[in-house]
Amino acid sequence: MKKLINDPADVVSEALLGMAAAHPDRLRVDHDHKIVYRAAGPREGKVGLVSGGGSGHEPMHGGFVGTGMLDAACAGEVFTSPVPDQMMAATKAVDGGAGVLHIVKNYTGDVMNFEMAAELAAADAGTEVKSVVTDDDVAVQDSLYTAGRRGVGVTVLLEKIVGAAAEEGRSLQECADLATQVNRAGRSMGMALTSCTVPSAGRPTFDLAEDEMEIGIGIHGEPGRERKPLAPAKDIAAMLVEPVLSDLGLSRGDGVIAFVNGMGGTPLIELYLMYHEVSQLLEGAGVSVARSLVGNYITSLEMAGCSVTLLRADDETVRLWDAPVNTPGLRWGA
Amino acid sequence: MADLQSFQGWMADYAEVVKEQADYLTDLDRAIGDADHGINMARGTVKVAALAEAEDFASSEAYLKKVGMTLVSTVGGASGPLYGTFFLRLAGPLAGVADAGVEEVGAALRAGVDGILARGKAELEDKTMYDAWAPALDAYATATADGADLRGALEAAAAASARGRDDTLDLVARKGRASYLGERSRGHIDPGATSTTLLLESAARTLA
Ligand SMILES: Nc1ncnc2c1ncn2[C@@H]1O[C@H](COP(=O)(O)OP(=O)(O)OP(=O)(O)O)[C@@H](O)[C@H]1O
Ligand SMILES: [Mg+2]
Repeated sequence: MKKLINDPADVVSEALLGMAAAHPDRLRVDHDHKIVYRAAGPREGKVGLVSGGGSGHEPMHGGFVGTGMLDAACAGEVFTSPVPDQMMAATKAVDGGAGVLHIVKNYTGDVMNFEMAAELAAADAGTEVKSVVTDDDVAVQDSLYTAGRRGVGVTVLLEKIVGAAAEEGRSLQECADLATQVNRAGRSMGMALTSCTVPSAGRPTFDLAEDEMEIGIGIHGEPGRERKPLAPAKDIAAMLVEPVLSDLGLSRGDGVIAFVNGMGGTPLIELYLMYHEVSQLLEGAGVSVARSLVGNYITSLEMAGCSVTLLRADDETVRLWDAPVNTPGLRWGA
Repeated sequence: MADLQSFQGWMADYAEVVKEQADYLTDLDRAIGDADHGINMARGTVKVAALAEAEDFASSEAYLKKVGMTLVSTVGGASGPLYGTFFLRLAGPLAGVADAGVEEVGAALRAGVDGILARGKAELEDKTMYDAWAPALDAYATATADGADLRGALEAAAAASARGRDDTLDLVARKGRASYLGERSRGHIDPGATSTTLLLESAARTLA
């Protein structure tokens, strides 16, 4: 294992020290609970947005804390969900009197820990909590008898869009409804060229030969649904875009936010090359791109690869997308 | 009979076992999950083992509740809420019981496993820890009906649990992270079922 670390056990806490040191103007970090807050604290009357999950997906979620996006992010160990104590502390701290929305990615661990936190918070103080669970990964079959689809790329877009709505003063119910609607309107599909190494495990989560790739990968180095021989970017783009288009039921004339996300170990030059392929495919399908996002936003440590997320976007969605945001991970108009 | 001291002995023993087996549990999770089960469990059981020295507990019930809360607060992942809920519920039937016999421990185990079901909504053959718990409860009940004492019942439960764990090998996962693999989850033993069998084997060594 070759990593810029001191001790595998201290990776998360030392990275949080770095975030606090790098962004003192924007962020405040509770190091005991491993929670990233806005430096300014809760705003009276604004719905608080709390998210969180395992670490190793940076900038998600801590890098999305700030004006126009999240109020707090709970950091778990690498690839392991945070614990209810963290969500409870964050929920209490960001409640500006209008309630708190939990944004949870659909993984058994995350869902159960957030659920326990909501139960404990309700029994404890009077904070009103609603949650939305993102599940946009088309690689996973959704059925009553499985853990359901994973929450991936749409989570980033949702945190931005609902963050803007909360900033405008919408109620908890309105924010929760919008979040549900955004989740339903988006789908993703990812692929990996390499595995990744969880620092405390010390070796790669799976082995992938030089000439192989995994299609349908998640964001935790978990193997995907099928292993295939490596193919040109054009073909890979089709493998990612087609299932998303058909699952979303997009047709000619529809507009989308198109998001090509890097898994952490793929250079931007390749992501732009992929974006070109994706945009060609969308053009061919008659789908127009209202807005785009290209870069490393929801990563899987140093995994090489990418994911494609498409979000059906009406004028209102685009307006909220364009609203000012000022976080370490996403910043415009502010 | 199991009293506060035996429950504390159970947790001390289990923490040792998890420490020894942590890499193995993580390797199992590497095959069908995200390579963290042993790490998660070790993080929690170390904290649990330290409880007995840090604090005086008035009863088995109070102690086991604290064990549950400690696991919930430290383990994370899916196994944190599942094992945490197990111990929180396990404590219930032991309220007011200083020396738990085979009946009381049986009732407590059933309550604990009901908690796992309520939290995780797993069914038999979903390839989860429940596949190691369900046969254990059955074997425990049968042994009790046949007149076994606490040790005998726990030994029967541990042995049945081991068979349940081994039977997860051929199952396709329908819950938890492993379910994302579909057919590819077949041919691997479930990590949570493995840590469950270790917990029951440890109980059979320490609770009676
Ligand atoms: N719904 C469920 N019901 C019962 N047991 C479950 C369920 N989901 C997962 N498990 C058990 O949890 C074990 C995995 O625990 P682990 O500590 O690795 O958490 P995890 O799934 O990796 O969590 P996270 O996704 O947050 O990392 C599985 O082997 C399985 O036995
Ligand atoms: Mg795991």
